[in-house]
Amino acid sequence: MIARFFIAIGAPLVAFVRYLGEVVLLAGDTFRSVFTRRLRWRLFLEQIVEIGLLSQLVVIVTGGFTGAVFAAQTYFQFNKIGMGSATGAVVSVAICRELAPVLSALMVSGRVGAAMSAEIGTMKVTEQIDALRALAVYPIDYLVVPRALAMMISMPLLVAECIGFGIIASYLVAIVLLDINGTYYVANMVRWTLLRDLIMGVSKAFVFGLLIVFICCHKGLTTREGAVGVGRATTEAVVVSSLAVLISNFFLTMALNIVYPAGYQ
Amino acid sequence: MPINDQPVTLNGAMIAVRDLRKAIGDEQILRGVDLDVAVGETLVIIGRSGGGKSVLLKHLIGLMQPDAGEIWVSGKNIIGMSERQLTNIRQKVGILFQSGALFDSMTVEENIAFPLREAGMHDVRAMRARVNEVLEVVELQGENAKMPESLSGGMRKRVGLARAIIRQPSCVLYDEPTSGLDPVVSDSINHLIRRLQERFQMTSVVVTHDMKSAMQVGDRIAYLHEGRIYFDGTPAELQQCDDPIIQDFLLGRSEAAPHQDRAG
Ligand SMILES: Nc1ncnc2c1ncn2[C@@H]1O[C@H](COP(=O)(O)OP(=O)(O)O)[C@@H](O)[C@H]1O
Ligand SMILES: [Mg+2]
Repeated sequence: MIARFFIAIGAPLVAFVRYLGEVVLLAGDTFRSVFTRRLRWRLFLEQIVEIGLLSQLVVIVTGGFTGAVFAAQTYFQFNKIGMGSATGAVVSVAICRELAPVLSALMVSGRVGAAMSAEIGTMKVTEQIDALRALAVYPIDYLVVPRALAMMISMPLLVAECIGFGIIASYLVAIVLLDINGTYYVANMVRWTLLRDLIMGVSKAFVFGLLIVFICCHKGLTTREGAVGVGRATTEAVVVSSLAVLISNFFLTMALNIVYPAGYQ
Repeated sequence: MPINDQPVTLNGAMIAVRDLRKAIGDEQILRGVDLDVAVGETLVIIGRSGGGKSVLLKHLIGLMQPDAGEIWVSGKNIIGMSERQLTNIRQKVGILFQSGALFDSMTVEENIAFPLREAGMHDVRAMRARVNEVLEVVELQGENAKMPESLSGGMRKRVGLARAIIRQPSCVLYDEPTSGLDPVVSDSINHLIRRLQERFQMTSVVVTHDMKSAMQVGDRIAYLHEGRIYFDGTPAELQQCDDPIIQDFLLGRSEAAPHQDRAG
């Protein structure tokens, strides 16, 4: 009975630990290469454009509408107890600490992570990765390093942008549609939002960026079985990296709250 | 063109394979392959489709790791070498993939110049001159700006070949260089393989199931059958060989053929 339980749970557990190990090894290999190998600047800049520059619209829309709707919902509740002007403080802290990093990461994993695993996966099944290796180029140097570096730089900036547009949108909604006094709104927001809230959001963004890039590149590099395999790898990359973002966010919140505690003190 | 330094060799062999075994999934693909390729020689490996020829070729530059056995390339045992250690070997040994394996995000010229750029060459004009030189060798002058998806299968293979030889490797591995090509292009590729050998003393390993091509380019022919080298000899010896398995392959007879046919 007990033996059967361990057998049932054992195989998936081993597979999971092995998977984690592979992703961590990929990350280790990448960082080793970042510090010891020549960077391919052209590829790096291409990825900055792809990940950083071209994701902006998505992130701005995400931040803007989240800020807007969150301001409205908060106001509907707070206004009943006469605290309408506290909306700004609640919205900006929530956006900085949780909403902007998590939602941006989910959008980036759908937009950029999917493309990464599809592109690398296609190269894998069409033997282009083998061709790189045969031409004495280490695929991690060539494919993963530029993407990882671009992601580490872009994600924090994208999240900062998302926070900015979220706050602007919430302000506009507050004064134009909800009749909150703009001065009180801003005063409360500035009083309750601290630099550490911003730092927390941006730190999370950095970690999420790493999770997305390594999970998606790993899925691409381990793609098998032709076009079907590429489709499967892409789907799995988005699902796994989104779940990783959501789950790690909880632990990041708990850990970072020790360093950057929430609230006015 | 200067060629690379003559390689250190094992009994005069550029490549030596000893008792190579490889299973993929449950299927035993290679069951103990022994093979020697001398410096400057052209060895042709023939065998049925799905018989493991591509798998064998990929082992020779460490793209796949065997379950057991030894592979000596240029005097070094490459089994267990890390991907970074294999880099040195791979600079000396070029490979033409069965599919061509061109980088589909790059033009023909960028594909061919890729090995030069990765080797640290920056001089754009010198690079273009080299690219044009090898494009001429593979008879594709003026196709520099095309993208791989707009090329025919034969052109892709020739671009792949140009990319494999641009760094002047001392050995080239060809995976089915002529399959799926029309007879004229096939013939020109066969001549190209011979020409490269004569001009640059390249060692070549050619995998094919095209018997005409095998006879034309091979100094020696090895027949891979059921995961082992079943026959190894000169083209003349192969034709005189009256082993039924070899005869069936040479004449293209399937096991379903009437028996009296086989006896003749
Ligand atoms: N990467 C791979 N994954 C799974 N099976 C493979 C792989 N490469 C080759 N095989 C299998 O190995 C066998 C030999 O393939 P291959 O070497 O391509 O044959 P061929 O002699 O036609 O080149 C085939 O059965 C093929 O399905
Ligand atoms: Mg093959």
